[in-house]
This record gives sequence, structure tokens and C-alpha cells, in this order.
Amino acid sequence: MTFWQKNLILLSSLLFFWFLCSFGFGILLSEYISLMKIGGFELGFWFSQQGSIYVFIILIFTYSYLVERLERKEKK
Amino acid sequence: MEAQTLTYIFVGLSFALYIGIAIASRAKSTNDFYVAGKGVNPVANGMATAADWMSAASFLSMAGLIAFLGRDGSVYLMGWTGGYVLLALLLAPYLRKYGKYTVPDFIGERYYSNVARVVAVICLIFISFTYIAGQMRGVGIVFSRFLEVEIEMGVIIGMGIVFIYAVLGGMKGITYTQVAQYCVMIFAYLVPAIFLSIMLTGNPIPQLGFGDKLLNSDVYLIDKLDKTIIDLGFSPYTEYSKSLIDIFCITAALMFGTAGLPHVIVRFFTVPNMQAARRSAGYALIFIAILYTTAPAVASFARLNFIDSVQNTSYEDAPDWFKNWENIGLISWMDKNQDGKMQYSSGSPFVESRPVFADERGSLGQRLLENEANPSSSNEVYLDRDIIVLANPEIANLPIWVIALVAAGGLAAALSTAAGLLLVISSSISHDLMKQTFMPQITEKKELLYARLAAGITILLAGLLGIFPPAFVAQVVAFAFGLAASTLFPVLFMGIFSKKTTKEAAIGGMLTGLVFTFSYIVFFKFISPELNNSDHWLLGISPEGIGVIGMILNFLVMLLVTKSSKSPPESVINLVETIRRP
Repeated sequence: MTFWQKNLILLSSLLFFWFLCSFGFGILLSEYISLMKIGGFELGFWFSQQGSIYVFIILIFTYSYLVERLERKEKK
Repeated sequence: MEAQTLTYIFVGLSFALYIGIAIASRAKSTNDFYVAGKGVNPVANGMATAADWMSAASFLSMAGLIAFLGRDGSVYLMGWTGGYVLLALLLAPYLRKYGKYTVPDFIGERYYSNVARVVAVICLIFISFTYIAGQMRGVGIVFSRFLEVEIEMGVIIGMGIVFIYAVLGGMKGITYTQVAQYCVMIFAYLVPAIFLSIMLTGNPIPQLGFGDKLLNSDVYLIDKLDKTIIDLGFSPYTEYSKSLIDIFCITAALMFGTAGLPHVIVRFFTVPNMQAARRSAGYALIFIAILYTTAPAVASFARLNFIDSVQNTSYEDAPDWFKNWENIGLISWMDKNQDGKMQYSSGSPFVESRPVFADERGSLGQRLLENEANPSSSNEVYLDRDIIVLANPEIANLPIWVIALVAAGGLAAALSTAAGLLLVISSSISHDLMKQTFMPQITEKKELLYARLAAGITILLAGLLGIFPPAFVAQVVAFAFGLAASTLFPVLFMGIFSKKTTKEAAIGGMLTGLVFTFSYIVFFKFISPELNNSDHWLLGISPEGIGVIGMILNFLVMLLVTKSSKSPPESVINLVETIRRP
């Protein structure tokens, strides 16, 4: 596989989590996970006002770390 | 010392700091002026991006907006942060690798056409001017509130300050002042939030206090809030009241719009390389998240605290901050049932949307109103949503220097966003229209002069929009995000991820997105506002969320036209390959 193909796979898998945590847990699936609670938060509510933002940060740094590793291999 | 004197001192000191930084880092070349010499540290750029991004509206109004929208407010929280994932993963590193000065620059070269470049400039000016019109008004309102001058005077002072550091320093000056502005802004936001959190839950971290139990009680804050507002006739705080499709589309339009906003993208042109651009987007999001995860916590604290201190309290016992803000005119009370107590519930207290104060005071000392009582609601209390952030220091009994700090923070938020927008408008004029399209023979020195002139003229125009606001300013935020999502995001994305997309496709796509989104918003906001409800919307999508449909149309047009037009020249395919390479 070329560098670009690997990059595309990495991108799509991270964007899957981006979608899942915001549009999924925060909006569309919110009702189904609301029985679960963390502290006083219903899980769906927590994802839509707190959790998705933390996940976004983790996703950017994960991508940054993994793609830089790919780039280093590619340059060799 | 009085709060007003302290405010002048804090604001004066912060302005001196901004201007000092601008003089120290003034631009000497077009490279400095457009992209800060491409040498900005990723962490510093992250802070500057965060300051650029968070406007007076984020700083002052967002917590209030969420306090009243409850769960529906999530669209802003997710929408205005999720776009950074798209930026970091899909756009910023490649546009940085491309390495020129502006967003239309990339579009013009990738789509080998000056027509595409000019269409992109038109989209950019549309997006940025709608955005800045609101900002300049915001600057005026913030100045007038904190410095006790007229709004017009406030706009003029704001124009003067921005003029000094944007025209002198260009991107370089703006970047380093924004770093300072971020620090002022975030400190001013967190101090009252932390104290409120301790006051209500005993937990010093607002994000955790939000999900914690109330102090000396076994009840969770959120459960108490939900129960309290349902009892008062509001819809539950933790459930969506809009339809899911609309919530979905608004969130998506804000995310893709964020990723397509030129003044945000350009920030990532200032770092040394594509790796730094990625990391910088991550840092920017951390700095933004500090405020954006605190805002919903503040919203819930303030809403609960407000109801607790007001509901069924007799006016004579009302807390001092209530009376202070009533004097300023952001709170009002109309004793409809003549019992001397304040009753707060859902619905507007009067028929008009804002209070009109009479000159006299009532028997209890309250300001009397000339409004007509709204017979269909028993609510007696009006409050402006900006009050949530403004009154926090007083509600939490903090010393007066915190009030002065919040003033400096609000001004920092307003100025930093306005400056960032001015710069993208002026550089697209001096660089894309003049240097690249109509006057290619001008020297760099001349171009720099034109860039400064364009910045000056843009400030004047934006200031005029702030002084004589078109009636629709408040309603057109949807424009900026919807247009960015439906015009620039798709062509930038396809420009990087597809080698085959042609110039005809890009021009057609941008125009389709622009015309569709523009007409839909104009129709429902201005031509037939009486039809602006879910019965008449396309697929139940409000004008705020329609940018997503515009974006899908843009992608479809690009795919179809690409099939039927001549493939791009070899040089363009090479360009795309180069920007993909690490």
C-alpha cells in the first residue's frame, strides 16, 4: 500500500469516531444510551455538551502522532 | 476603588500591551503581513487561533444562550469544536504544504483558473463581511457597556485600536496580540466560573461540578435544574426540543462551516510546516475547549442560581446584583399580580421583546415599565441572556477587580476576532484581486502598501456596518457558516483528495452552493419570515442547517461536471501529488 492509501485508511477510521461521538452518541443514539450515567450526567447529554469535545482533541493528537510515524517511514 | 476606575485601569493596561506587541512585531514584508513570516510556534498559533475564533458572542453570550436553550445549545458546542477535527485531518496540513498566502490562492492555482479564484474571493468576502458586521457591533456594545460610552463611540474606539495593530503589524502583529488576548480572555472567563462551581457544588473544576451533587445535598445539580425548570413550565434542560434532523443538520453546517472559514484556515498558513499545522489545530482546540467545556457548566450554574434567588422572592429582598443590572436595563420586573414577589416562569413577561423603562420607580423601588403585559404568561421577569456571564462575578460575590477583568476579557474577545477577519478580507483584495489577477506587475513593496490600504478601508467599512447596523445583523450568523460549508469547504476538500476535479466543476460547485444556500436563507429570513417554521422547511431543515444541503449539492455538481469536462493539466496533477507528500 502506498503512503497515501494508508493515510486515507487512518483518516477514515478516525473520522468514524468523530461521527460516532458527536452525531452518534450526542444526537442520534442519545436516547438509547441515556440510561447509562456518569456522575449526574446522562451519557448522551454528557457527550453532547462535554464528551465529544474531549474526543475531538484526542482524535487530532492521535492522527498527528500516527501520520507523523507514517511520514517518517515514507521519507526513509 | 470603584469598579469603574478599576475597569479603566485594566482595559487601559491591556490595550497598551496589545499596541506594544504590535509595534514590536510589525510587518516588514508581504510574507510577514499575510502569514506572519510562516515562523509562528504551533502552541502560540493555537492560542492565536483560539482568540481569533472566540468572539464577543462566544465570550459573553454563549453561556447565556445555552442556559436558555438547554440541550439544544449542544449544536453550538459540538458544531464550533468538531470543525477543528476536519481542519486538522483534511485541510490545514495540505493547504500549509501548498505554502502560499490565501485561500483563493490555492483555489486559483489548483483549479488552474482566475475565474475560480475570483469566485472564491466573492465567497470569502460574503462570508467574512457578514461575520465582521456582527463583530463590529459587538465591539461597540462591549465598549459601551464597560466604558459607559455610546455604542457609536465604542465602535470608533474599537476601530482605532484594531487599525493601529492590524494595519501596522499585519498577520504578524495580529498573531502575537491574539496570544495576549487569549490569556486575558480565558483568565477572565475561568475565575468567576470556578468560584460559582465551588459555591454551588463545592467542586473547584466547573466541568466536574456540572455533573456533581449540590453542596450539602444528595441531589445532582442537573437533576435539580431539570426538575426546577419543568415545574416552571419550561421544556426539560437535558432533552432536545428541536427535531433530530434539524439538530443534526445545524451541527453539521457549523462543523463544515468552521472548517471552511477563511480567517480560521489562514491561521494555519503561519506555522513552519504541515506537521506543525496539524498539531497547531490540536492546540487550538484545547485552548478553545477550555472555554467551550466551561460554558455549559456556567450555563447550568447560572440558570439554577438565578431561579433560586429570584423565584417567589419579594423584590425588597432581591440580591444586589439583581437591582444593579435592573438599573443598567438588562433585567426587569413587572409585578403583574401585585403581590410584591417576583414570579419567573416560561414565556415572555410582556408583549414586546425588550423592556421599555418608564422614568418613575414603583413603590418597592423597582423600575416601572411601559410595556404591555403578556396575558398568556404569568412570568414577571425579563433577563437579557448576556447577563449570565456579566453578572457572574457579582452573583459569586467576587471582588470588584474580577468585574474589571471580565470587561478586559470581553474587549479582548471582540477585538481579536475583528482583527483576524479584517486581515483575510484585505489580503484577498490586495493579493488575490490586485497582485494575482488584475495588476500582476506591481512590486512587493507596492503590494504591501495596497494590503495596508485595503485593511484600512475594510476597517472603515466594517465600522460603518457597526455604527449603522443593517437590521439583519443578528440573524445572519447562519449565513457565514452555511456559505462557508456550501462553497469553500467542498472545493478545498476535492482540490486535495481528488486529482481529477476540474475547474468547470469547482466553479459550478461553488456557484451552486452559494446560490442555493443564499436563496434559502434570504427567503426564510427576509422575504417570508412568517413561513419560517418546520412546516415549510425543506425536509424539516431550518435556515441555520441548510448549508449541509448546499454542501451536498456542491459535491454532486462537482462529481457530475468533472465527468463531462476535460481533465486537469499535468502540472495540476503534479501539484496535488506534491501537497500530499510529507
